[in-house]
Amino acid sequence: MYSDEILERFKNPKFSGKIKDADAVGEEGNFKCGDIMKIYLKVKGDKIKDVKFETYGCVAAIASTDIMCELVKGKTLKEAYKMSNREIVDGLGDVPSVKVHCSILGTRALRKAIEDYRQKK
Amino acid sequence: MFVITARAVPWVAAVMPEVKMKSKVYLDNAATTQVDEGVLEVMKPFFSESYGNASSLHSLGGAAKKSLEKARKVIADSIGAKSEEIVFTSGGTEGNNLALKGVAFANKDEGNQIVTTKVEHKCVLESCKWLEKQGFNVTYLDVNEEGFVKLAELEKAINEKTILVSVIHGNNEVGTINDLMKIGEVCRKKGIYFHTDACQSFTKTELNVKKMNLDLVTLNGHKIHGPKGVGALYVGEGVKLDSWQHGGFQENGLRAGTENVPGIVGFAEAVKLAMGSKHIVKMRKLRDKLIKGVLEKIPDVKINGPTGEKRLCNNIHFSFRFIEGEAIGASLGDKGISSSTGSACSERDLKPSYVLKALGLSHENMNGSLRLSLSRFTTEKEIDHVLKVLPRIVKRLREISPCGKEEEEHVF
Ligand SMILES: Cc1ncc(COP(=O)(O)O)c(C=O)c1O
Ligand code: FES
Repeated sequence: MYSDEILERFKNPKFSGKIKDADAVGEEGNFKCGDIMKIYLKVKGDKIKDVKFETYGCVAAIASTDIMCELVKGKTLKEAYKMSNREIVDGLGDVPSVKVHCSILGTRALRKAIEDYRQKK
Repeated sequence: MFVITARAVPWVAAVMPEVKMKSKVYLDNAATTQVDEGVLEVMKPFFSESYGNASSLHSLGGAAKKSLEKARKVIADSIGAKSEEIVFTSGGTEGNNLALKGVAFANKDEGNQIVTTKVEHKCVLESCKWLEKQGFNVTYLDVNEEGFVKLAELEKAINEKTILVSVIHGNNEVGTINDLMKIGEVCRKKGIYFHTDACQSFTKTELNVKKMNLDLVTLNGHKIHGPKGVGALYVGEGVKLDSWQHGGFQENGLRAGTENVPGIVGFAEAVKLAMGSKHIVKMRKLRDKLIKGVLEKIPDVKINGPTGEKRLCNNIHFSFRFIEGEAIGASLGDKGISSSTGSACSERDLKPSYVLKALGLSHENMNGSLRLSLSRFTTEKEIDHVLKVLPRIVKRLREISPCGKEEEEHVF
């Protein structure tokens, strides 16, 4: 069901884990399958210096969020906020259609993290 | 561990993905099984030599008919039935459809109520839903937290309009073996037809139509190392059943269509090879070793369904907290281990397993579920391999998970 790219990401995610002294955190629960995504941000100036994720989620959630993290690292908060799950899905190759919502989990949690950061400022 | 050697078939791609060519630990035997080589051998001549139609009057037809009837006797003997009471079908789904719809329509003058459970296989539940549309009333019984039918509730659900009780024997997800003896007594006392779907339990625990007062029993081949697409429905003498597939007069007029002779012969051979308590004892021992090992090595895990002899000898069903079942399954798959999960994430409709729901599992326990189902070919070495690999997988996924850390509580 999954492509090799997705499975590879799933097996060896580069951005999984927690940032202990994160500047902002965003959490999203999934209304569809009941899973959870958490994004941690380190911000410098208006740019994302570091980003990590934790998830209680499926293969696609892990793989697509890892891709998202790679795409947003180094971007400005504004750019990152506009990140669509389309870009992530494209970056992953073939995502089974039922699994597209899993990538939304990541973008939503990211937005919440950015909002959290803006609020704190 | 057995090595898969796949012969290149140009268009059917009957080849395992590359990683899995090395070694494969197949623990999804509740889904289907490897065909026993002995079964395959027995089937072969019926494709290219003894390929007659069992209804034909010439010698090839006669040979096919003879083999068909021998196979019928094997199946009948295995459940304490008579040959005339066995109808060959295309498998479990057809058997259940025929039993439910066939009894419902043939007995609609006696009543229109059917009693079943919430943990039946989809083919039973979907047949019942369809029957509801045709004007039948269906009661879907709750089960207890281990998956057993509650006898008192069954008795309460039966009324003067009840024509059929259908209860699964061995549950395909959590391995619960219902007490058919007791349920059969209730049905007999009330004079109601009793059907069971025994696809998972067949040859894995006792099944006797006389002792258990069964009127209809669904069996199939591919869960017991026989071929797919073949099965049998036991229809007790005198049971009123309408046929469902119309055409020729095969199977006593109950199931039209040229009999799948190679499949049926293979099915019978599979039954012969599968019968015997030594297989059950072996599977149960390995099952319990794996359960014990996981509970010892991994924290925050629970076993679903009953333990001991009331659980199918080849079924294991865990819930791991804080992680999702599809991710566990994919990780196991990467190590060459096949499994299954009831997690919402693994389903196309993103709904968790209705069986787990009926057992009252929390959302978390449904999504973190993993089924490992053994066969008589499962080895101790394979179990040891799983016990080595699984704790690491769970540990890694828990490291990625936001749940179960600190004192945070997540509400589902
Ligand atoms: C309990 C049960 N009933 C029915 C079936 C359906 O059988 P078949 O696949 O032969 O149609 C299965 C297996 O898929 C099963 O596990
Ligand atoms: S996180 Fe549940 S389906 Fe992807």
